[in-house]
Amino acid sequence: MTKYTDTGKKDTRSGFGEGLLRAAKDDDRIVALTADLTSSVKMGAFAREFPNRFFQCGIAEANMIGVAAGLARTGKVAFCGSFAEFITGRVYDQVRMMVAYGNANVKLASSHAGISLGEDGATHQTMEDIALMRALPGMTVIAPCDYNQTVGATLAAARYDGPVYLRFGRPAVPNFTNPDEPFEIGKVYVMNPGKDVTIAAYGHLVWEAVLAAEALEAQGISAEVLNVATIKPLDVAALKASVSKTGAIVVAEEHNAAGGLGEAIAFALAGQAPMEFINGGDRFGKSGTPAELLKLYGMDSGHIVAAALKVLSKKQA
Amino acid sequence: MVSSATCGHPGGSLSSTDILTALYFAVMEHSPSEWKTTAEGQDAFVLSAGHLAPVYYSVLARSGYFPVSELGTLRKTGSRLQGHPSVADGLPGILLPSGSLGQGVSAAAGIALGKRLSGDPHKVYCLCGDGESEEGQIWEAGMFAAHHKIDNLIAFTDVNGFQIDGATESVTALADLREKWLSFGWEVIEADGHDFASILNAFKLAGSANGKPKMILFHTHMGQGVDFMTDRCEWHGKAPDARQCQDALSQLEETLGDY
Repeated sequence: MTKYTDTGKKDTRSGFGEGLLRAAKDDDRIVALTADLTSSVKMGAFAREFPNRFFQCGIAEANMIGVAAGLARTGKVAFCGSFAEFITGRVYDQVRMMVAYGNANVKLASSHAGISLGEDGATHQTMEDIALMRALPGMTVIAPCDYNQTVGATLAAARYDGPVYLRFGRPAVPNFTNPDEPFEIGKVYVMNPGKDVTIAAYGHLVWEAVLAAEALEAQGISAEVLNVATIKPLDVAALKASVSKTGAIVVAEEHNAAGGLGEAIAFALAGQAPMEFINGGDRFGKSGTPAELLKLYGMDSGHIVAAALKVLSKKQA
Repeated sequence: MVSSATCGHPGGSLSSTDILTALYFAVMEHSPSEWKTTAEGQDAFVLSAGHLAPVYYSVLARSGYFPVSELGTLRKTGSRLQGHPSVADGLPGILLPSGSLGQGVSAAAGIALGKRLSGDPHKVYCLCGDGESEEGQIWEAGMFAAHHKIDNLIAFTDVNGFQIDGATESVTALADLREKWLSFGWEVIEADGHDFASILNAFKLAGSANGKPKMILFHTHMGQGVDFMTDRCEWHGKAPDARQCQDALSQLEETLGDY
């Protein structure tokens, strides 16, 4: 199987900051806005390099979304950066009308997503954001898995004409994908070909899925790991191709069950294969370290291995 | 239009008719034939109070953005004239959707910033309702536009004193809008929204590049021009029936029932 090496832990939000800076150097249409979270969402370098194209909005996210939609109307590519909860749930109606219904070229740069935000606790740890954004007609939903892929996804979002929700996180996590591989919106990345079971994941859980596949291999089980970096539009053909080969699938995500990738895949592959789901269920988050929380919420590699064994037993039944 | 659609918002449309007529026919630099969805090279208008769609569509059609005959399709299935303004249906002249209140000033500030960045000297106008000013986002936009010195933004409020549930001061008092906007760092101008000389003078006064966004408070009457609608909040969002429509049209000096 493919062996991945962690080239050094990095936060995916820094991948966004790097991608934004690179994109902006080549495209003067790009502007950036934040609501008092410049350094948290890694917009500092952009702000220093392009002060005229950076707009501090203060702690007023609703206004930020409207200003971004207006800037986009004049031909700008507007990146809005905030925490995942505050750029989705807090401003859902603004995003719905001005960005999605208005088909504005606005990119929602969503940092600190999921349980792995850690110590801040449930008010900041959204596990509903994918559901909210998936529900909006015309919204593209992307959640890259590591620093390198977040750089690429940011560059791709900048080139794409239309609303994008780009989800990334706070903690430093393994950086293991090829930095030279261009990011393609709508593509499922086969991290590790396998024949016995498919493990589909996005974001921080792709690394956990890779670790799970290594553990399963030690037990003689060949797992195919899919990095579903674009959740909408979903690459249903790639999922079907994998599952028609393996006959079983585990979907792992740092998100609650309602409206997540698990539901999207269950809808797309209804009845085609036994499925198991790794997610937050129907719960709010809690304070703790990211690693402890992934374990507590049943999202780490050990839980993925258990889910794979369970779905394999269903396949054989 | 509203009578034919059997639903809609005549009250606020009538209170802002004179203002939008002045804006589109005597104030804004705009050309329907050269209009672009980027608002480039022209003055731009954002309707924040999206329920005023009937009067908005009327001034757009009369200005030449689309055929006047289309006004009769308001709110009907298949029409480009959606119940609230849409950019998804291809109606020329509309830059942004509205209907969910309180969002237009933010978007107009964004367009104004975009024009500043692109070196386009044109202005951006934005109409809000007074009831709409209960939305917190209006005041977020107020802080933002003043902080960023967006002086090519000219917002104006149709102060007709009524909203769905009653008089604005009885629903949730707005108190002194002039003092509020002044304290937010805006230049504030007050005018009679049913007197064309007063309206035009207000827009003229609002044209200066002095580092401040502008807010014109137009004092108006809900349902202006129709005796049974005037200053009555029940006409915020109710369509007149055929008899009431005839009665209303007969009270206006000039009616354009040609669609």
